[in-house]
Amino acid sequence: MKEELFEIVEEPIQLQDLVAKVTRREAGAITTFIGTVREWTKGKRTIYLEYEAYKPMAVKMLNKIGDEIQAKWPNTKVAITHRVGRLDISDAAVMIAVSSPHRKAAYEANEYAINRIKQIVPIWKKEHWEDGETWIGDQLEQVPYPEGKPNIKDELS
Amino acid sequence: MIKVLLFAHLQEEAGSNEVELELDGMTVSHLKRELQQRYQLSEMDQVMVAINEEYALDEDKVKNGDIVALIPPVSGG
Repeated sequence: MKEELFEIVEEPIQLQDLVAKVTRREAGAITTFIGTVREWTKGKRTIYLEYEAYKPMAVKMLNKIGDEIQAKWPNTKVAITHRVGRLDISDAAVMIAVSSPHRKAAYEANEYAINRIKQIVPIWKKEHWEDGETWIGDQLEQVPYPEGKPNIKDELS
Repeated sequence: MIKVLLFAHLQEEAGSNEVELELDGMTVSHLKRELQQRYQLSEMDQVMVAINEEYALDEDKVKNGDIVALIPPVSGG
């Protein structure tokens, strides 16, 4: 069975599966990131979250992030899984694993991956607060698309 | 026919996750206005459009058979 490096799933994510996907003999470092559901946001209490994805496009955009990382940090290997559906407090919404020969690239590429997910991957979350519900525009509460569109170009310098 | 997919708050406002429309040859910006009016959609100025799973520009045109998605600001992660 072909191993998918970039996935959108409905069931809980297994970190060990992602680590296994990027493990290889030339790697000297593997970094992992787990994005979890937070209970308190600016004094408001979250009861649970719902994530929704435009799945085929989301997988495509995750692959694109993988390509960008290859170009910026050659000889890294990345795996990303994002979960959708209902998630409770402390559940993992996303996991990212990056392997590289040396640790610096693995750290940098991992942070780049989560930043890009928040920019270009069509996934939305709905907050179910103690006192109501809202679709979240973007978590940083910035103007979502200052240029009128997401920065979909590779951020190659 | 053009299939239009709706997500997040747009889906709730339209009361449907997809609609089919005869809008062949319309530009993306025209299409957004049209959909906004038909379905009383809010906050459309920050909504991106994807045609066949690729982000599109305002001046791009849709054609029969395209799958168009209205993409509100994303919030994954």
